[in-house]
Amino acid sequence: MKSIKKLNSLKDLRQAIDEQVQARKSEKKSMITVSAGTCGQARGSLQVIEALEKVIKKENLEKKVRIKVSGCHGFCEAEPNIIIKPQEIFYQKVQAKDANDIILQTVLKGKIVDRLLYQDPARGEKVSQERDIPFYKKQMRLILEDNALIDPTDINDYLSIGGYSSLLKVLNGLTPEQIIELVKKSGLRGRGGAGFSTGHKWEFTRKAKEKIKYVICNGDEGDPGAYMDRSVLEGNPHRVLEGMMIGAYAIGAEESYIYVRDEYPLAVKHIELAISQAEKIGLLGKKILGTDFNFQIHVAKGAGAFVCGEETALIASVEGRVGEPRQRPPFPAINGLWGKPTNINNVETWANIPLIIDKGADWFSSIGTKGSKGTKIFSLVGKINNTGLVEIPMGISLREIIFDIGGGIPAGREFKAVQTGGPSGGCIPKEKLDLPIDYESLTQAGSIMGSGGMIVMDDKTCMIDVAKYFLNFLRDESCGKCLSCREGTQRMWEIVKDISEGKGKEGDLELLEELAKITKDASLCGLGQTAANPVLSTLRYFKDEYLAHVQDKRCPAGVCKDLIRYLIIAEKCTGCLACLRVCPQEAISGELKKVHVIDHSKCIKCGACFEACNFDAIQIV
Amino acid sequence: MEIAESKVKGHITKYNSEKKALIAILQDIQDEYHYLPQEALKIVSKTLGIPLVDVIGVATFFRAFSLQPRGEHLVTVCLGTACHVRGGPKILEEFERKLNVKAGQTTADGQFTLETVACLGCCAIGPVVVVDGNYHAQTTIRKVDPILRKYRKKEKKNEKH
Amino acid sequence: MANLKLNGLEVKAEEGWTLLETAKFYGLEIPTLCYHEGLSPYGGCRLCLVEIGEGPKAKLVSSCTYPAEEGLVVRTDTKRVIEARRMMIELMLSIAPYSKVVQDLASKFGVTKVRFKIRNEECILCGLCVRMCAEQMDGRAIGFQNRGYKRKISTPFDIRSEECRLCGGCIYICPACQLRCQGPQAETAVCNACLTMDPTCLEHYDDLQCWMYDAGRCGTCVREKSEKSDSKKQTRASK
Repeated sequence: MKSIKKLNSLKDLRQAIDEQVQARKSEKKSMITVSAGTCGQARGSLQVIEALEKVIKKENLEKKVRIKVSGCHGFCEAEPNIIIKPQEIFYQKVQAKDANDIILQTVLKGKIVDRLLYQDPARGEKVSQERDIPFYKKQMRLILEDNALIDPTDINDYLSIGGYSSLLKVLNGLTPEQIIELVKKSGLRGRGGAGFSTGHKWEFTRKAKEKIKYVICNGDEGDPGAYMDRSVLEGNPHRVLEGMMIGAYAIGAEESYIYVRDEYPLAVKHIELAISQAEKIGLLGKKILGTDFNFQIHVAKGAGAFVCGEETALIASVEGRVGEPRQRPPFPAINGLWGKPTNINNVETWANIPLIIDKGADWFSSIGTKGSKGTKIFSLVGKINNTGLVEIPMGISLREIIFDIGGGIPAGREFKAVQTGGPSGGCIPKEKLDLPIDYESLTQAGSIMGSGGMIVMDDKTCMIDVAKYFLNFLRDESCGKCLSCREGTQRMWEIVKDISEGKGKEGDLELLEELAKITKDASLCGLGQTAANPVLSTLRYFKDEYLAHVQDKRCPAGVCKDLIRYLIIAEKCTGCLACLRVCPQEAISGELKKVHVIDHSKCIKCGACFEACNFDAIQIV
Repeated sequence: MEIAESKVKGHITKYNSEKKALIAILQDIQDEYHYLPQEALKIVSKTLGIPLVDVIGVATFFRAFSLQPRGEHLVTVCLGTACHVRGGPKILEEFERKLNVKAGQTTADGQFTLETVACLGCCAIGPVVVVDGNYHAQTTIRKVDPILRKYRKKEKKNEKH
Repeated sequence: MANLKLNGLEVKAEEGWTLLETAKFYGLEIPTLCYHEGLSPYGGCRLCLVEIGEGPKAKLVSSCTYPAEEGLVVRTDTKRVIEARRMMIELMLSIAPYSKVVQDLASKFGVTKVRFKIRNEECILCGLCVRMCAEQMDGRAIGFQNRGYKRKISTPFDIRSEECRLCGGCIYICPACQLRCQGPQAETAVCNACLTMDPTCLEHYDDLQCWMYDAGRCGTCVREKSEKSDSKKQTRASK
């Protein structure tokens, strides 16, 4: 990493950006960018980097080849993946043992290593260029594409892609009012889930009559299954910092906090490093670049509480108190952190700001639908072939995301539902697959946009089990203040649990619906108010499945333990003893080469045998 | 366990003894002792001037904190939605069986503490299990025992020295 | 001064008043449980909910915490409010069936069945004891711990607190501890005795006692024990 030189004026920044951009353009070395976010590391990218470095050293190629360690590239299914420049070759599922071939064959000789290429499961063809991979084709990666270009631990690398030029534009002559108008006109809406107009939120805080104001970045990302913010914080932290600087300038705040989830240690590390580098270079502190703009960013870590994603609970947590939401009004824009006007925005919202300043409001509002502008990042996970982070223009349909980008459902199974919006959202069924992604259309369908978690479910997913899962999550995460939320989630969970155990009775579904509606109505904060959504949406679209559980005591998807049995199909059983060995209850009897049998009185339905069988001989009925 | 008052106070003065840093202070103490000892909480309350009930309120509200001593190794099974849909609960059950404890408890020999977490943000590689900060991707029921044995072996190795 | 509409009436609220205080001033009754004049408002029991706004954006808020703002349209007894109120009482009954305060609320607002498993936990986490200890007695010996369904009120480490001065303030103010209801049937958890009984106070006094207290909360059926049990048996037998 090049050293960091302090910049003292706007001209200095202009010069620094130009220098870095030029340096990137005139890069002579071949570059191998390795995706090394948290999941890349979990799959071995650090070992890949080590192996590549070894080969480079051994072959004395330090002057010809360099390795760049970037954040997550988004195509998680393919991790660890690398991109080789200048040819722009994309290799997936790379391991340490592939290092030799990569360097000697591809980098030096330009020969493709076939086994490392991405292969389209539908058409079987192999693809070498990232842009030709179906997963990336329909995406519009305005925010995520930079992840693959930079080393997040080097501020100079951010400058080399034009980073901080939007801040420069702002400090060079845009007034706070102009900036706010720009953001309003762009139509940017909060990406944390509520979808409130960002420009208007900024305006409220700007107009508040207090000298001290705060700006907060909400990086709590509590929705299970959502990790877009993690990817941006790990892979492009400066983008977020730049957005916050511009926002603080427009609002009139001099101090800010980035609230990062405790469960994201790498994101915390990269953000703290980015802040210290920004301070070193002179973009944070007093009289930034010789102007009157003072700005400081602190990092506050979460401590494991979903409710702290709610604005007032987050504020309480930063203040060192329990994360109990309070009533609004007064809104944080008027009375927030320590009673001062505070503007809170989600990570992705901040990341959009430099883009809007750079390309303008008209450009931004030309993307998307009438009510929802710009792009949105979704985490496409669950029963899907191409798991990963997907950035799409608003208005694209669910079908396109799941089948064109996501590659459909694995193991030839059928699509059943997609869950959006986390525990505050709902499940959208097959019939609504052509729904455009848009704040309003998702709400009308009984779900919400939320922070962007998109969990795909197939016909082997039980919707009662899903409802039970979310209710269990919510009854634990509820702060516990309101009777309606605390007892509402607990009692709804009890009812759904009974149903999943075959103890459902007449009147349960009606009671569930009644309780759901009242929990929604009577609770103080967003958690309680949306807690009923998973139940209400599954009741709306999958009533038959509920009735099967309550009336027939049957679980069609084969999930609810008390309503299923594991059965060995005699015709398929080869007598290999595999299941016998793994059964913790010794419930399977049989000899080598003879058909095995499960003793149902002992079976605890742990699923170990099902996993162990290589002949599909065990069925769930 | 002996709680050195000076050590605990060190964690507090690091943040200029500011009340707002309570959560960060508790996190540092948790990192140091692997749980929040009663003595430490009393020192924090006295030094920061926050009533003990309020310190306890914060310490019990957030999942990151444990008021019970934790085992040598912390096994965290992710139960986020994506991991749940991919069979996370069955992995948890296998750990519970193999360790003979329920989630949230520590084994009798003090070796392992089994916990769950709502989401680690690694949904693509789920079901995820983290042991002592090491991430294990695509866990299956079969992989549970080998994972535990790896950490038990480490114990035996350390003992030999 | 704020001008707002309360159940169709044009009313004025002083600076800093909540909707509950405004309603009280104008003689409108809103049920409460976790609210106490001498303590800071909490907004946890959700009994004092009122509906504000009109049309699709109308929502329910706790009147004990919501400020009386200029131009608000407030209604205290809409269908939504009553349904929510009844459910809150039903939920409380399932936790604390032996609390006379809760049973009286049940009778008053027409809650006649409890469709949830009875927990018999007594504590409904209204927080009155915590606020009493902290604000009135300056003790801070008890507080909320944990969150969600595991939430509880206790002393630090569940042992005798050094701060506790044994003042009894917490017991005094607790709605579950105040008066015990003798009536709930174990299976249904609902008493409703005062709904079906003739006022027992008339057996002992010339005047109906509830002109001093709210109907059903006079507690005569609890206080006048010796004769009460006989008369109760009589009334039940005659049903």
